[in-house]
Formats: sequence, C-alpha cells, structure tokens
Amino acid sequence: MKAEFKKSLLAALWFMFLTFPITVVRVNTIERTVAWRWERLIWIGAATFILSFIWRRLLHRKQTGRREVSAGEVRPPSRWKQMAADPRLKGLALSAAALCFLVIPLLFSWNKTILVTNALIYVVIALGLNIVVGLAGQLVLGYVAFFAVGAYSYALLNYHFAVGFWAALPMGAALAAAFGLLLGFPVLRLRGDYLAIVTLGFGEIIRIVLENWNALSFGPSGIDNIPPPGFFGLALTLRQTHIAIYYLMVALTLLTILVVHRLQHSRIGRSWEALREDETAAQAMGIDTTGAKLSAFALGACWAGMAGVVFAAKQKFINPGNFTIWESILVLCIVVLGGMGSIAGVVLAALVLVILPEALRVFADYRWLLFGALLVLMMVFRPGGLVNARRRAYAFEPSAPEKSERP
Amino acid sequence: MTPLLAIRQLTMDFGGLRALEALDLSIHPAQTVALIGPNGAGKTTLFNCITGIYRPTAGEARLQAADGRSTSLQGLKPNQVTALGICRTFQNIRLFGHMSALENVMIGRHCRTRAGIAGAILRNRRTRDEERQAADDSYRLLTKFGLARHANDPANSLPYGAQRRLEIARAMATEPRLLLLDEPAAGMNAQETQALDRIIVRLREEEGVAILLIEHDMRLVMSLAQRICVVDYGRKIAEGTPAEVRRNPAVIKAYLGEDESMEAHA
Repeated sequence: MKAEFKKSLLAALWFMFLTFPITVVRVNTIERTVAWRWERLIWIGAATFILSFIWRRLLHRKQTGRREVSAGEVRPPSRWKQMAADPRLKGLALSAAALCFLVIPLLFSWNKTILVTNALIYVVIALGLNIVVGLAGQLVLGYVAFFAVGAYSYALLNYHFAVGFWAALPMGAALAAAFGLLLGFPVLRLRGDYLAIVTLGFGEIIRIVLENWNALSFGPSGIDNIPPPGFFGLALTLRQTHIAIYYLMVALTLLTILVVHRLQHSRIGRSWEALREDETAAQAMGIDTTGAKLSAFALGACWAGMAGVVFAAKQKFINPGNFTIWESILVLCIVVLGGMGSIAGVVLAALVLVILPEALRVFADYRWLLFGALLVLMMVFRPGGLVNARRRAYAFEPSAPEKSERP
Repeated sequence: MTPLLAIRQLTMDFGGLRALEALDLSIHPAQTVALIGPNGAGKTTLFNCITGIYRPTAGEARLQAADGRSTSLQGLKPNQVTALGICRTFQNIRLFGHMSALENVMIGRHCRTRAGIAGAILRNRRTRDEERQAADDSYRLLTKFGLARHANDPANSLPYGAQRRLEIARAMATEPRLLLLDEPAAGMNAQETQALDRIIVRLREEEGVAILLIEHDMRLVMSLAQRICVVDYGRKIAEGTPAEVRRNPAVIKAYLGEDESMEAHA
C-alpha cells in the first residue's frame, strides 16, 4: 500500500514535469506575453496520481488473488459459474435473448433498429474472423477485404447482370471464400507478425483496387441504387424493408452461430485449435496444416462475404470508403475483447462495441482512444476476453465414480 | 526378414555443419532400439529427418508399409509420414496446452478419421458416430495410460509426468507401427521412470509397436532396448546388444573418458 502510494506520487511528479512545457507555459507571440497556467499542473498531477494508484491497486489485487488460488485448495466454483453450467438456466437465458431480439423493432424506433442491424452485421463478420484468428490462430488484419468482396459482388452482379439479392447471397459468400483461398495460398508459410503484415497489405490492395479501377468498381464515387432484398414479392415501404432486413440479419446471425458452433466442435474445429496451439506438433500428429489453414481462411471469409451482401443491400450505396483498415481493426477488437474462440463472447463484444459508441456520441472523437485503453485493460486483467472459451467436457460411463472423488 | 524402417546413408547438413553423416540404421517390427549419444550428437536431428520436419541432404529412409511394399519417406510432409504409421513425441513437451487431455488424444485420431466440412456442419449420423467413436477410442487410450481422471482437464494443467504420458498416448492414437520417443524420461523421478518402463514394455508386447528411443537414463535404456545405436558428432560409432555396447571401448570413450565404466554413469 505504502509502496504503491510512493510510486504513484513519483509517477505524478514525473508526468507533471514531462507535460509542463506543453500544458503550463503558453507563449503569445503577438502580444509578447507568457501565460503561466499553474492550475493545470495541479489537475494533471492529481489525475495522474489517482489513475496510477488505482492501476497499481488493481494489479496488486490481481497478483495476490492468483497466489491465494495456487497456494490453497481449489476454489469452489463461483455462483456465477454454477449458474452458467446449469443447462436449464442457459436455455432460459438464450431464449430470453432471442425474444429480446425479436421484439426490438416493435419497441424501438426505426433508427435504433437499423443500429442493431449494423451490430448484427458486425456479429456475423466477427464470428467469421473468430474462425481464422480465434480458432486457427492465424492473425489476419485485412479481414475487411472479404466484407468488401461480398458487398461489391452483390452491387456489381446486380448492376451488370441484374442478379437478385437471394442469388447474390451465396455467390457473395463463395466469392469471398475464393478470395480467402487466394490470400491463403501465398501466406501458408508465414506465421505471426509476418502473416499480420501480409494480410494487412492484402486488405489495402483490395481497397485501393476498388478505389482506382474505375472501369470495374466506379472508383471512389461508388455504386448507387443497389436494390434491397425482395421478400416474397411483397411491396414494402422503406421502413418495412429495413425491419425485414433486421429480421433477415437475426436469422443470418443465428445461422452463423449454429454453423460456427458445429464447426468448432468437430474434427475440423479441433484441427484448427491444434494449429493455433502448436503448428509443428499438429503436423507431426497427422494434421494436414495446409488444408486446415486454407479451410479456415475460406470458411472465415465466406461469412464476411455474406455480411457484405446484406450490407450493400441495406446501405443501397457503397464505396471503397466503407472498407478501410479501421473496420478490420474494429472487428479484430471485437474478437479479442470477446474472447478468442468464444462464440458468446464475440457476439457480446460486437453488440457492445458497435452500439455503445452510438449511445455515447459525446465521446465520438475519443472512440479509438477508449478502445485502445479498453484493450490494454483487458489484456492485463482478463486476457481470455469477456467470455473465456470453455472447453467442451466429455462424459464417459466408467469415469463417473472416479470423477466424484476429485475435489 | 525385411526391416520396418531402413535408414540408408542419411546425411543432414545445416549450412557448413554436418549434423548427421552417412547414418545407417534398421528397425525390425516390434523391436525396441535405443539411440544414445552425448548432447548435440544428432539424435533429435535423426528424428526430424525421419518424420519429415527436416529434408535430409542425402540418403533416405524407407518404411515397410502396411501392405508389405516399401515406401520412401523422401520428401513427405510430417502429416503424411504420420499417416503411414510413424509417430513421435517431443523432447520438450509439445502438447496442445489449452485443449483438454482427451482432445489432445482425439487430435491423434485425426488422421484415422474422415469427417469433412459438410459433415461437421450437417452433423449427419456418420459424422456423429465417428466423433463418438473417436472420443471413446481416445478415452480408452487415456485409461490405458492412467490419465482417465484428467480427461477433461486442460493439458497444461497436468502434472509433469502425466504430460509426458499424455504425449505418448497422443502419439499412440495415430496407430503407429513405429513410435519415436524423444527422451521420454527426461525430468522424471525414479518412480515415474519405472512406470514409464512398464508402459513402454506393454506397448511393445500388447500393441506390437516398434520403438526407437532417445534416452539419457541408462538404466531405462539397458532394460528396454534390444539393440542400441550410439551416435557421436552425427556418426554412428557403435551398434549392438546392450551388453556389447556396454563393453565397446569407443562408446566408453565418447561417454566417459578412459577409465570409468558405464554402470558408474548410470
């Protein structure tokens, strides 16, 4: 406690000294006066001290907390965990959540519904990236490229060949998957940082091509008048169309969750996780790492492609400005914050990170600053993400008595 | 009888360093061969050459395939070598740390199962049956290695000795005919080493698997190996039964200098 107090005090003094020239002294060159704003120094000192003290307290608590667990017996699972393990409660919570999503358009205004539609689009993209980053452990930074491929494939197929939305949905997914393979082949040998850099470049290449190849993509002016999806030939007003798109996104999200969940708990999903844990060992244990990587890239990309098709249909207008590196970073933030490999975590993080900035418009300018701070805090205090990916437990008949012996 | 694995004139260079030089070695079915030698002699390099992690500079290894034909391991990828029936453990444990012990073994079943992407998404009867079968087989293996109570624990939370055994269980799940063990007893106490000794004997007798063993624990080597191959500076300096190798002056010199005997070392 005392040491923390002293360290925080030192940090505050050091910070006051560092920021002194830029915050305190103001030289007015026209009137040839120097203004000394000492009150600012006090504010900076006080704020630094308090933040530093809180930080150190939390760190201290985290470390001592860990020691207690390792020294003592196994802690009984917390009430929260017990509740989460109960399948009936889990089912109840899931159905409550589903009900919430079904009634949103009835309870909230039109704009709010569109906002939630946006959030759901990010849920689908993030679940796709979760396959590549969370499960297979391949750090891909230019993921928004696949989103762009999906959006542009609907816009262009519709413009040139009058392809309808429902036909474009699988085509967009397939095209994005094809681009996933296209990116996958050259990066097969790359790991870690190198992979991140190359995929970052890939994302930028797609955006720059879209921006400059006027004959193909109409350049920065984008494509306008993309028709919304038709729903059973009904003539819908603009408002009704948006509500229909909302329900479409709910359905697509549920489909994504189902498929990703099934993939995760399958032979393929296990091979992806082995790849993430140790590529050399995975290959030595008989996993075709080439196939596993390519399938992760393709299956991850196809969701972004599908979300892109819906995005284009919802926006009616797309241009390369929709697909900047910041979108990739946002999606990666979602996956990391949510918890790599955890579907519930990714869904939660996508909803929070997309809806919260809208709700807190006041902080709009500081959005990325806050995200950065949030990421740092998460990495230090909860590196597993909001929801830790839980391992599937297998039950076996003969193990039942043995299990009850364990504390 | 034709050997299960025949290594002929295997040479491996790393730049100017010759890690293995014209090495010959044969392993017959269900035979246990120990590979010993001082640190840096090239033992693990040989493992890496056999399993396809390294590409040997010259020479080759041939495996007597299940159908009796002889297959060259030249140019095969590690997963293809594993599919042919050679699997290994690692000197520094390389488990999939965040996956459960059972899932680790199920990864070993990967190359003996077939379910694809469509099967995983549709979850049809065949996929479910195969998945259940893989889980059951893996659980049986865990039981055999005394790890059943750890089945659902993350692999990196297991005690050290259990992690070593889990690595062998994972390798056995690939149904190998030749098992390569890289210092399985490293860091184990006497009791754990004895348990390991029993496990390896059982593998040999019940499963009929041939074993190539790198080990520094001479007591374990002498009790398990039917033949010992001694390498030093990438060259084979002696080969024979434990009794022969123990008396071989070249081996004694490489290991201990001139005067001491091998028992003193063990």
